[in-house]
Amino acid sequence: MKNFKILLNGIINENPTFVLLLGMCPTLGTTSSAINGMGMGLATLFVLICSNVVISALKNLIPDLVRIPAYIVVIASFVTLLQMIMQAYVPGLYKTLGIFIPLIVVNCIILGRAEAFASKNKPIPSFFDGLGIGLGFTLALTLLGMVREFLGTGKIFDLPVVPENYGMLIFVLAPGAFIALGYLIAIVNKLRKA
Amino acid sequence: MVLSLTLIVAVATGILAYVNQLTAGPIAEANKKALNDALKEVLIEGSTVGEPEIYEMNGVSYKIYKADKDGQFAGAAVESIENGFGGALTVLVGFDDKGNIINYSVLNHAETPGLGSKSTFWFKKGEKGDITGKNPGANALTVSKDGGEVEAITASTITSRAFLKAVNNAYAAYSGQNVDTNSGASQQKKDVAASEASTKN
Repeated sequence: MKNFKILLNGIINENPTFVLLLGMCPTLGTTSSAINGMGMGLATLFVLICSNVVISALKNLIPDLVRIPAYIVVIASFVTLLQMIMQAYVPGLYKTLGIFIPLIVVNCIILGRAEAFASKNKPIPSFFDGLGIGLGFTLALTLLGMVREFLGTGKIFDLPVVPENYGMLIFVLAPGAFIALGYLIAIVNKLRKA
Repeated sequence: MVLSLTLIVAVATGILAYVNQLTAGPIAEANKKALNDALKEVLIEGSTVGEPEIYEMNGVSYKIYKADKDGQFAGAAVESIENGFGGALTVLVGFDDKGNIINYSVLNHAETPGLGSKSTFWFKKGEKGDITGKNPGANALTVSKDGGEVEAITASTITSRAFLKAVNNAYAAYSGQNVDTNSGASQQKKDVAASEASTKN
């Protein structure tokens, strides 16, 4: 029950994108289409769960003074592992997402959760925290990607929704990312207060 | 403090080295398969390809995969690398024996997803920037902004220029290697086009 609460907390109350406003760089950069956003979200989810569990298991071994470099080493190792495994066994997916994967190392959500949650809690709650925050991030990125892809190209997940060739290019470009994200945050805040 | 950090780094290094060793084989195989698929896609159907020849031009080396069909020379695929918007852009361009572009395949790129990454299909047959069937020696393969005849990817002119420069360089390498299939004149024209492209970049 408690773990379920942690999970929901990550998806709704502390949604990293819409509420905590963490990890804005990959959020704005990778959501030019729904599938790209979802891929980035899932890759981050994997690294977040692994790093949360390992860091919370090692928390008594890591002295406070060197905790940040230690966390970075753990996170970077998982990202590199993910990159090598994807390149070897799912080259198709790797080709689509390849450029985003190294970006996960510097995603502040992961370091933020390591610092705020995993370093103070046991591995099992940390696992659920990673899962919740990761799912929240994936949902937010997929949603933003869908909105931008629909407004920008008239498609969702590469499937045409509007028959004729329609699209406002600005939503695929950087300014559209800010506009769409701003409105999404406003809507989510309104819904949360209601 | 130093000990625990060293320990963590040592364990991480160990795991990474192990997985690297484990995945090196499959990665090499996947890359080889991707290259073979790309070669099949850009060359005349039913042709066979041997080992690549390395051709040096202006200090850059190009890999040329000569195709053979029924014992006859059937064009070649040229691997050409150019700096795109986000990093190296590697294109494999297939030419027939007259130097016309059959097809191309982007082997590797780091272009912006949703924008420059469209270069993987934008210039293919039936797409907006179709370059297939054109001969870089006779057609001006630059973007229309630069006076050429190719429509650039929307909002990705830098990627489009880099891509077309890679194609032009591939053609230069191809025709430089097969002087007998191209007259000196077209070769010269090509060099002019290539230098034009480079100044505009």
